[in-house]
Amino acid sequence: MRPGTPSTAALALLRRDLLLLWRQRADALNPLLFALMVATLFPLALGPEAGMLSRVAGGIVWVTVVLANLLSLDALFRGDAEDGSLDQLAVSGQPLALLAGARILAHWLGTGLPLTLVAPLLAYMLGLERAALPVLVAALALGTPLLSLVGACCAALTVAMRRSGILLALLVLPLTVPVLIFGAGAVEAAATGGDPSAALLFLAAGLALALPLAPLGCAAAIRIGTA
Amino acid sequence: MNRFVLWFHRMGSPPTFYAFAERWRPWFLWSALAITAVALYWGLARAPDDYLQGDSFRIIYIHVPSAWMGQFIFLAMAICGFVAIVWRIKIAEIMGIASAPVGAAFTAIALATGSLWGRPTWGTYWVWDARLTSTLVLLFLYFGVIGLYRAIEDRRKAARAAGLLAIIGLVNIPIIQYSVYWWNTLHQPSSIKVTKMSSTIDPSMLWPLLAMAVATKLYYAWSALSRAQLMVLEMESGKDWVRELAGLPGVASPSTDTPREA
Repeated sequence: MRPGTPSTAALALLRRDLLLLWRQRADALNPLLFALMVATLFPLALGPEAGMLSRVAGGIVWVTVVLANLLSLDALFRGDAEDGSLDQLAVSGQPLALLAGARILAHWLGTGLPLTLVAPLLAYMLGLERAALPVLVAALALGTPLLSLVGACCAALTVAMRRSGILLALLVLPLTVPVLIFGAGAVEAAATGGDPSAALLFLAAGLALALPLAPLGCAAAIRIGTA
Repeated sequence: MNRFVLWFHRMGSPPTFYAFAERWRPWFLWSALAITAVALYWGLARAPDDYLQGDSFRIIYIHVPSAWMGQFIFLAMAICGFVAIVWRIKIAEIMGIASAPVGAAFTAIALATGSLWGRPTWGTYWVWDARLTSTLVLLFLYFGVIGLYRAIEDRRKAARAAGLLAIIGLVNIPIIQYSVYWWNTLHQPSSIKVTKMSSTIDPSMLWPLLAMAVATKLYYAWSALSRAQLMVLEMESGKDWVRELAGLPGVASPSTDTPREA
């Protein structure tokens, strides 16, 4: 592969992000620990009764995943915006949407994928129906990339501020409503013996829509912030 | 150049826009107030009672136009955002941001009147019904746009970022509404179908509703133009035309005369 082409630039960025992720692997565990703790709070608040917990388990796991994902978003462009790397990416002459896509992929590999893998454990602790566990993993595998894609657009909009803080939640959470509804809907359907395929297909359709559009929106937001 | 394009280009200039707003603003306000007075009198006092809901149905003359405006203004805001991002027109940025509080207010009115109507009809102020929930999410989207604009210091960057958020929100609104419908439905379906040009509302009840829809749009025009005028003055303060307007000597000092952003 020739150096300087868009694909090598995107691969180089992906490799750098993954290397950073590996060097700071203790930090990468934080979203998982957060998810585990929030999932522990629900039984403490609602009471340990197994029947009630198993009924709401799917919803709790989804809310936990959405929140853990939200907390990881602020760091997505913040460091690069502060040390100027983001400006360099914007003026590098490479398609910024592709670079943003590589960054989003790295974010999903560091946050969404581990959350998807640890979610069955949380769901099992909360007593979700065994039959619904594979559906939960499938729904998260489709839904967490969507969370990363939508979240990255909002995170990119906040790079012009010093700290995004609670505002990022205000931007991201309304946009993640459909992911939550279809994701939790699929689990609910599977747990009550229904057919989860409709909700899963909606998630897949959302992913197909966001995959080309979100990196473009993300690139436009970065250009506004760094101009 | 055709006349509309020429007009559009001239509107990009702050003094021209200011003069245009100054000239048309009172017309928008007074026509909105006049139409509202007639339509509300007819709707609240003269239209016949609903055979099922009695007098409580009359809240639709406030509720439905407000809900329409909530969505209409979001569309307007996203269009302004698109123009602002693509052509970098300052007035489009300002109009988009000036629209946001008006749209949020209409959405909040729709929610408040809806819950007041829900108490006698459904027996509760709030239910997690599809339309209520998606309108609430729409209100959150408005708050996001306003919050983003307030949080970024550079006014023009802030306006463009808020405009982009409005575009992202606009793409998401149908998806959010569809997903919420899929989730739960209790609210009655629309009685007016624009695509079929038909309605299940009696004409004596319908025309005040349509008049209110016109009046709210005129009010929106007045309110957004007034806000935009103030924002133009703030952004252009120190320019010659603003100093003349304020009755100050026409020559601005060099330090304030430089544009804030190239």
